Amino acid sequence: MQGEDEIASIGMCIGAAMTGARAMTATSGPGVSLYSENIGLAIMGEVPLVIVDVQRLGPSTGAATTTAQGDVQFVRWGTGGGFPIIALCPSTIGECYTLTMKAFDLAERFRCPVFLMADKELALTMRTVDADDYKSVAVRQRPVIDPDDLDPPMEYRYEPAGEVVPMQLYGGKHPVRFTGSAHDQEAYITKKPGILGPLNRHLIDKIDNHVDEISLVKTDLEDGANTLLLSYGVTAGSMREAVARARAEGTKVSAITLQSLWPVPEREIMAAASGIERIVVAELNPGLYLRELERLLPDTEIVGISRIDGVLIPPTQMLEAIV
Amino acid sequence: MSTPIELLPEPTLRTESDYPFCPGCGHGPVLDALNAAMVKLELEPHEVVIVSDIGCAGLSDQYFATSAFHGLHGRSITYATGIKLMRPDLTVVVIMGDGGTGIGGAHLLSAARRNIGITVLVLNNFNFGMTGGQHSTTTPEGFLTPTTPAGNLEAPLDICATVGVNGAAYSYRGTSFDADLVDRIAEGITTTGLAVLDVWDLCTAYFVPNNKFGRRQIDQTMEALGLESGVLYRKETQELATAYRRLAEGQREGLRVKTVTASVAPTLERRLHFVVAGSAGGRVRSAARLVALAAMRSGLWSAQRDDYPTTVKSGHSVSEVIISPEELHYSGIEHPDVLVVVSEDGVGKAGPYLEAMTDSDTVFVAAGLEHPVTEAQVIVLDPAQSDVRIPRASLALAMVAKAVHHTGVVPFDLFEESAGEGGFGEKNLALVAAGIELSD
Repeated sequence: MQGEDEIASIGMCIGAAMTGARAMTATSGPGVSLYSENIGLAIMGEVPLVIVDVQRLGPSTGAATTTAQGDVQFVRWGTGGGFPIIALCPSTIGECYTLTMKAFDLAERFRCPVFLMADKELALTMRTVDADDYKSVAVRQRPVIDPDDLDPPMEYRYEPAGEVVPMQLYGGKHPVRFTGSAHDQEAYITKKPGILGPLNRHLIDKIDNHVDEISLVKTDLEDGANTLLLSYGVTAGSMREAVARARAEGTKVSAITLQSLWPVPEREIMAAASGIERIVVAELNPGLYLRELERLLPDTEIVGISRIDGVLIPPTQMLEAIV
Repeated sequence: MSTPIELLPEPTLRTESDYPFCPGCGHGPVLDALNAAMVKLELEPHEVVIVSDIGCAGLSDQYFATSAFHGLHGRSITYATGIKLMRPDLTVVVIMGDGGTGIGGAHLLSAARRNIGITVLVLNNFNFGMTGGQHSTTTPEGFLTPTTPAGNLEAPLDICATVGVNGAAYSYRGTSFDADLVDRIAEGITTTGLAVLDVWDLCTAYFVPNNKFGRRQIDQTMEALGLESGVLYRKETQELATAYRRLAEGQREGLRVKTVTASVAPTLERRLHFVVAGSAGGRVRSAARLVALAAMRSGLWSAQRDDYPTTVKSGHSVSEVIISPEELHYSGIEHPDVLVVVSEDGVGKAGPYLEAMTDSDTVFVAAGLEHPVTEAQVIVLDPAQSDVRIPRASLALAMVAKAVHHTGVVPFDLFEESAGEGGFGEKNLALVAAGIELSD
């Protein structure tokens, strides 16, 4: 279904999801701007939804069909309130398949929107693929419940915080309420502080308390390496090439590819950074994810390789940054 | 003594809560009419989804025992569309104010064009009543609101005509005082396509005191604006969700996958870059694709990255093909090993490639094209000297064939095999044959 605009597209997805459908909408950066308010609705109303952002270069309309990774912070902070979201980031075509399934699975698990962060290069460059790379991931069925089985019947539950209540769907034997406004557990609008606090805490904790169920990285660590290369998405492809070339020349280097960007896979990054003197963060943006590393590892040298000219970071540029 | 008669409760889809609206507000009577219409149609609460917009009208869902969706301002039609698309069997009623018709005007138009089978009830009181009475898309000219303190300069939106001329199956204009409102709402709900009911009512908090407005002024205003009341558009139509299902039946499902099998062991030892630069419409990409396919058939990995203007059918078309014995992780090109320049548009894009190329690289250029100086070996090809006429749109394929034949970047027989596939196979093979004879 093609909507009249991105607002309509995501709106239809949210409505459809409330009948039990798995729903996905796809756009590029400017379209994510239009999704913004409804991303908040999906967070507040706890709707499973997959949002694909095929990133392009620059603010505004930017450079159409020119690759970039400029939306990595935008999707994290892309709606009011500052609540956590989940974002996955494929770096190969095979991973586009696998991580899309994973995104649906996480959306069902946490009843929330999940981003899949692709980019123009990944979306439009044709490549030989190995059919074996298309690995299937189990996508859980949506946990649903008949309102009659809940006592008292409730659309939402946020105590204990972070525990996700099964969904009730339209079209069953009982009416079901949905709201994007601050609500009590029966989806009636409320502004009582005693309810708002736990409600909002729940929306935060259901992601933040389960980071280990979300974190996905691929590490390629080498004993004795001083440098850890860190990247994601299409730039991680250049990184793999750089690692192969460095090792062919006898240079030791470690690498980590982030397949989940949000929440930050902190534990995995810290483990990979153990014993490392220098972390090189390569990304096609003004250095947006770099700040997460600076926050995590204030005592480690963090170097950014960033490009915002529409050109992929060549492996040679990464090789120069290895010590 | 008589036995007390136990009265059966009146059927209703309302909850027991009282409406929260201001005294004299028209919203309550309209919602009562909606309830009566649903009762008349014998709808059960679980068969109905009320999708409420924002503003005072947006509070409505909480006073019904039906299913409810309370979303964003102006976007209620989009959620209702998603619900109806998935569950055409449900009755989906949007309740919005006039504010929502402005914020979500695009959705109102598209709902009309699509004839999604929902009912849109507009509680139209000419201002944003919840936020202080600011003017909306339906505020008539000259009326006073906090944001039009000297009188509104904008013409009001004719909701019924707008949706009517754009395809809506049913539109009705009336007021909260209309005796036939229940019947009209019931008619709207049972309409196959989109039904829009523009119901004018009083905002006693703002619009009424600001404009000395009342029941009589509603009728006078309607008349002064030349807007008719009653059922204004009514037609038989197909409903989108149902039509979509009918259309989808018999459509092919699933992915169309074509696999390419390697028929020989790879002989290439290093990564090679092959670039074709020409004009849009010159089949540059399909010619380059044959190099990539031949590489795959010879057990290599390949990638093809195209660049062309967003106008697609005009200007340049450049195709970069990378072939490699190793899996390709990086799809950029540091410098081409082979460059084929087909047209003037191609020359315009070839500069950086030519500059990066060295004397071990080869450039094939169509005769008559002036190109920047390069260290690469330059081979000029003149289609005018060919025994077979090579149309301009086919020159890319002929020149690529020559470049493959001359440089051996991929096995020529596998290139020919790739060119010979499909509906254009024979034509392609004739061009390949003509291409390898090209010289200056």
